[in-house]
Amino acid sequence: MAAAAATPARPTRRTGSAKRQQLIGKIVVNTVLALICLAWTIPTLGLLASSIRTRADIANSGWWTIFPHQQFVTTGTVDLPRETDLRQPITLPAELGGGTYTADQITAGVTIPDGRRITWENRRGRVVAIQGTQWGANTNFTLENYQNVLSGRKFTYIAADGSEKTEQGDDLWGALLNSIAVTVPATIIPILIAAFAAYGFAWMRFPGRFLLFTLVVALLVVPLQVALVPILRDYVNLDLNGTYMAVWLAHTGFGLPLAIYLLYNYVSQLPRDILESAFIDGASHFTIFTRLILPLSMPALASFAIFQFLWVWNDYLVAFIFIGNQPGVQVLTMRLVDMAGSRGQDWHVLTAGAFVTMIVPLIVFFSLQRFFVRGLLAGSVKG
Amino acid sequence: MQSTEVTPRRMAASSSETLNPGRLVVALLLFAVLMAFLWGGFVFLRDAQRNDSVPKLLLAVLAIVWGVAGAGGFFYTMNMVVEQLPGNARRLLTPFVFVGPAVLILLWFLALPTLRTLYLSFFDANSIEFVGLNNYVAVFTERTMLTAFRNNLLWMIFGTAGCVVAGLIVAVLADRSNFESLAKALVFLPMAISLVGAGVIWKFIYYYAAPGQTQIGLLNAVVTGFGGQPQAWTTLVQPWNNFFLILILVWLQTGFAMVIFSAAIKSISEDMLEAARVDGASEVGIFFKIMIPTIQGTILTTTTTILIFALKIFDVVLVMTGGQYGTNVIAVEFYRQLFTAGDNGRGSAIAIVLLLAVIPVMVYNLRQLNRQEVF
Repeated sequence: MAAAAATPARPTRRTGSAKRQQLIGKIVVNTVLALICLAWTIPTLGLLASSIRTRADIANSGWWTIFPHQQFVTTGTVDLPRETDLRQPITLPAELGGGTYTADQITAGVTIPDGRRITWENRRGRVVAIQGTQWGANTNFTLENYQNVLSGRKFTYIAADGSEKTEQGDDLWGALLNSIAVTVPATIIPILIAAFAAYGFAWMRFPGRFLLFTLVVALLVVPLQVALVPILRDYVNLDLNGTYMAVWLAHTGFGLPLAIYLLYNYVSQLPRDILESAFIDGASHFTIFTRLILPLSMPALASFAIFQFLWVWNDYLVAFIFIGNQPGVQVLTMRLVDMAGSRGQDWHVLTAGAFVTMIVPLIVFFSLQRFFVRGLLAGSVKG
Repeated sequence: MQSTEVTPRRMAASSSETLNPGRLVVALLLFAVLMAFLWGGFVFLRDAQRNDSVPKLLLAVLAIVWGVAGAGGFFYTMNMVVEQLPGNARRLLTPFVFVGPAVLILLWFLALPTLRTLYLSFFDANSIEFVGLNNYVAVFTERTMLTAFRNNLLWMIFGTAGCVVAGLIVAVLADRSNFESLAKALVFLPMAISLVGAGVIWKFIYYYAAPGQTQIGLLNAVVTGFGGQPQAWTTLVQPWNNFFLILILVWLQTGFAMVIFSAAIKSISEDMLEAARVDGASEVGIFFKIMIPTIQGTILTTTTTILIFALKIFDVVLVMTGGQYGTNVIAVEFYRQLFTAGDNGRGSAIAIVLLLAVIPVMVYNLRQLNRQEVF
């Protein structure tokens, strides 16, 4: 410090103010960006926080009360005269400030002159509660919501009115397994088929090559709604509906144009010398493809794999149409839509359920983000 | 991109120019065995799934093995068969071993269905009676569809603009901030979340409780915290409720735009920016006069991608409102016509309308392909 002070840099006034301006700019940039990031994160954070709160807590307080905040705590009660008419304005006793309020105002809570808050403790019994503020946080966390949504068994809980109730679990564990069984092959199969095709288009000449590649590019943006009805009919004829295979094939078909297009761009730019020397050594196309092209294309394959994985995992429409009402095969997104429809108020279940559907994609996303971004940058438009 | 083909100069020692019947038979046998394995596996998986006789985890693993081994084995045995053929036939057929399966699947799952859907769109609900253009007339005159068209326009205009503008802002800010990769990861994160999951997240944010009750939805808690009245945002005064749904798209897709813009901005030469700064250009001036024009090609393709995404928006609306309260969109109406009303003709016509909407993009892509002189 002393050394720095001893050797003044003799800045001119101009650069000094420029520096200050730069500093202010930096602070503004970082603050604005931090606010944006906060806004973007809060929805997910709220879901995660809610999913580990108890059923009663979620229903009675916002998830943000898990952070320290000033909350009202009842410090005592006062009995109003039994004959108090709730339809008339109520005058509180002198010890409570003597103000006059309607019963509904008291229901919402009124603040009396000394800062304390008055609300009903027991409206019918004409008892009011005196509340003071105190710092606190609702940190009553539990994993029970997750247990209940994952299991398919019945479970009991104590409802708000004290009675014991039985509910059916949502069997999201089974749906999670279904999602895995649907997604992994629906990711690998199209990649394999597309890699072969990309090599064929890039390094082989055959009649109809241009026409067929034009078809691939044309199909890039075709909305899959166009294909659903006819394929559903084919599936009914083949008795394929409600099987994993139905969904794999469908996702393979819908994912292929982009897969071929991306992999073609990559494979066609591999250095020509490598392939030629392999041919001189007498290798066949098949050997070159499996021994050379596949290993060399790993970055592109990984990028597309993540793309396709997230797309299939998060898909609802294709799964809904080809799995339909087969409860044993339903994937996570389908189960979540059902839950959102039938249990729209049960936020303890919905938040936990939603987070269960998100866990795998989030893991994939965070561990392989680099490849994902690379895939996005290489890709164009997905149909 | 190379336009000449690489051809084997010399044949591999193992394969000869003449037909080898013994080897061909073996290869064909292997292919037949594989087909039997695929069929047997398929029947087993289908029935085990339906009567729940196998533990689910085992079934999932078996399904994965079956599917992946089947696809790999298919290429392997097909190639074996073709390699046993004499030279000319082999040279002619080998490319089709490579591109054949992909082309067949594309034909089955996309190309032919498009034509078949077009055909179905001229028939009645049960695809029996020819009704001409009646389905299209209904699609373009019915109130629900007109609402859906209007809403899709709102989604495409405001949703896309929101994503592109927010994406640009975040990309530029992140580039100058001290926590670039963290900021980008956080904004990008919703890309990993399903539209259904996002629907549940935002349903919770927009949750409405009657005045006087505790608001557990974030937005209503903020509104009442400032002394306002709680609102049922998604069923609110129409058409404004649509904007609360569109906000979800912006939350989801801004990350996509941001990542692409960020890469584009980083590729702008530092010298050019520095030169502008030396000439006294302000940061805002640099943004509008240098950055935007330089990356306008990227902005165009990103905008197109999000436009198509907004055109086909479905899951979010389905989860949030089911298309009720004047929030219907084309894809939800397609779903309702097909699966609630059971009207194949009308559903097909709506799907064709979606297809027509993306035709300009398709034409543009094909033009680009021709310009590349790839072939």
